[in-house]
Amino acid sequence: MAPIDAPAAECGAAGGGLAAGSGAGRAGPDDETAQWLLALGGAGPVRELALARLHDLLLRIVRAELGRRAGRHAITGPELDDLAHQSADDALLAVTAKLGQFRGESRFTTWAYKFVVLEVSSKLGRHFWQRPAVVFDAADWDQLPDRFGTSPADHAERQDLAAALRRAVEEELTERQRRVFVAIVVHGVPLDALVVQLGSSRNAIYKTMFDARRKLRAALAAKGYLAGSPQEAGLDGRGTRRS
Amino acid sequence: MTGWGELDRFLQTDPRDVGCDQALHILHVYVELVLDDASGAEAARRYPGVAAHLLSCGPCAEDYHGLLLAAQATPE
Repeated sequence: MAPIDAPAAECGAAGGGLAAGSGAGRAGPDDETAQWLLALGGAGPVRELALARLHDLLLRIVRAELGRRAGRHAITGPELDDLAHQSADDALLAVTAKLGQFRGESRFTTWAYKFVVLEVSSKLGRHFWQRPAVVFDAADWDQLPDRFGTSPADHAERQDLAAALRRAVEEELTERQRRVFVAIVVHGVPLDALVVQLGSSRNAIYKTMFDARRKLRAALAAKGYLAGSPQEAGLDGRGTRRS
Repeated sequence: MTGWGELDRFLQTDPRDVGCDQALHILHVYVELVLDDASGAEAARRYPGVAAHLLSCGPCAEDYHGLLLAAQATPE
């Protein structure tokens, strides 16, 4: 990965880079941020009070976030409450451990909330495998056209799309790309859940999917199913094939 | 859009895409830029690779929306 201020170059998922940026244009910490940093960087009752207040804020954000994602998980009752508290606890630990890395590019609370939002994603990913019945089978391929909005009445398009994509997946992808693509796209496993199953990272799984998508598009374009372009054919702007 | 069109859109990749690690690293800054300019244009101008990533990565987009709502709920 390239450094944060690198110009667009070979880095990230596709070779793109973060454009130069120095935060949200803040000249210095706002008053509330300064108070948080002073209290959390101190000791004794002032710090303890700040930690308790921050925990309350994080817990409130967790609960709102779990509620917002309610349609995408089936956790309720005491289990949901446990997950909320665990997320807030773990986020508070992360915030205090990384306090020295806060560079004042945003409000302190926005920076802190990021940790708790990421905790929610991570914990929901783990929870996916705790469901009583997670069953995948080959029939999932038959449902694939539904994911791309193909009309149930259009049998010819459904069969063509599923067959062409399945053939491309089998012929073009590496074993790992195939495993990741099939899990996410065919079986509908959430990416964060696959991270847990494979002992990987979100970035690594996304990169694998990114490369798989690019290869599949190039293959389907070469066979006339999709419109081609140098980029999707695996060529860069100079017509040189990328590795 | 037909199934092929939707599949095509799904398979398209953006070479500016920075990936999850870099997008999440700067997400709090990106969110505050969006709070300052709700159109998101300034955030996308300053961090085009993050904007490209958020259009393509469901989990990071989910985190972005969650963080945006959380930050909005906290008065400045």
